[in-house]
Amino acid sequence: MYAGRERPTGGFELFAWFFMRISGVVLIILVLGHLAIMHVIHTVDAIDFDFVARRWASPFWRTYDLVMLWLALLHGVNGLRTVIDDYVHRKGWRVVSLTVLALVGFVLLAMGTQIILTFEAPLGREIAGRP
Amino acid sequence: MYRGREGMWSWILHRVTGLGILLFLAIHIVDIYLLGWPDVFNKLLFFYRHPVFRVAEVFLVAAALYHALNGIRIILVDFWVEGTRFHRQIFWAQVVLFLLIWIPTSFVMLSPVVFGR
Repeated sequence: MYAGRERPTGGFELFAWFFMRISGVVLIILVLGHLAIMHVIHTVDAIDFDFVARRWASPFWRTYDLVMLWLALLHGVNGLRTVIDDYVHRKGWRVVSLTVLALVGFVLLAMGTQIILTFEAPLGREIAGRP
Repeated sequence: MYRGREGMWSWILHRVTGLGILLFLAIHIVDIYLLGWPDVFNKLLFFYRHPVFRVAEVFLVAAALYHALNGIRIILVDFWVEGTRFHRQIFWAQVVLFLLIWIPTSFVMLSPVVFGR
């Protein structure tokens, strides 16, 4: 047995199974691109508030980051849901862990979406290197 | 089911790397949220610039790279009829590709830390 999880026969589980594979392929491009740009070509030495402000002046990078955030977080939360399904069998603990996962996932998605969509450099702040 | 061979190890590593990446993603969303307070954001960057994190960052790249390559392998076995027949070759191709990409990348990422810039 070398494949991934067996393909479910239908319903939400089948949808989730396909979502993991499709989002996975898109994330390979988005995440490896992000890592190459932000962790290899530029490094944390160069990245600061001004760097992000210049980057998010472009709608392209905001869109890129927003799509990556949604796909990565939903992919990760659904992956952790599968892990909880496999290891947490007591009913009470299942309800608690799945509820906490859903809540934390929702809060993180909301925080990330808010900052990507509404980010604005404060008025009067000079952004180094910005035309 | 997995008989303790390549299949079991690649499955365990897929889970461990996935959970590690998700943990970092959660921290990363919180740190990016702090952009709302520019000076706090800039002050806290010392954390990511610390040599310990620079080394951890190399392992983050390893986790993402492994999870990506193993994900491709899973998709090949799931959707490509010949995938099952060649699963062992695909596994070894994955190991070779991982090392070919990860070793030079780590060198580039760590040289500013090890040799100064």
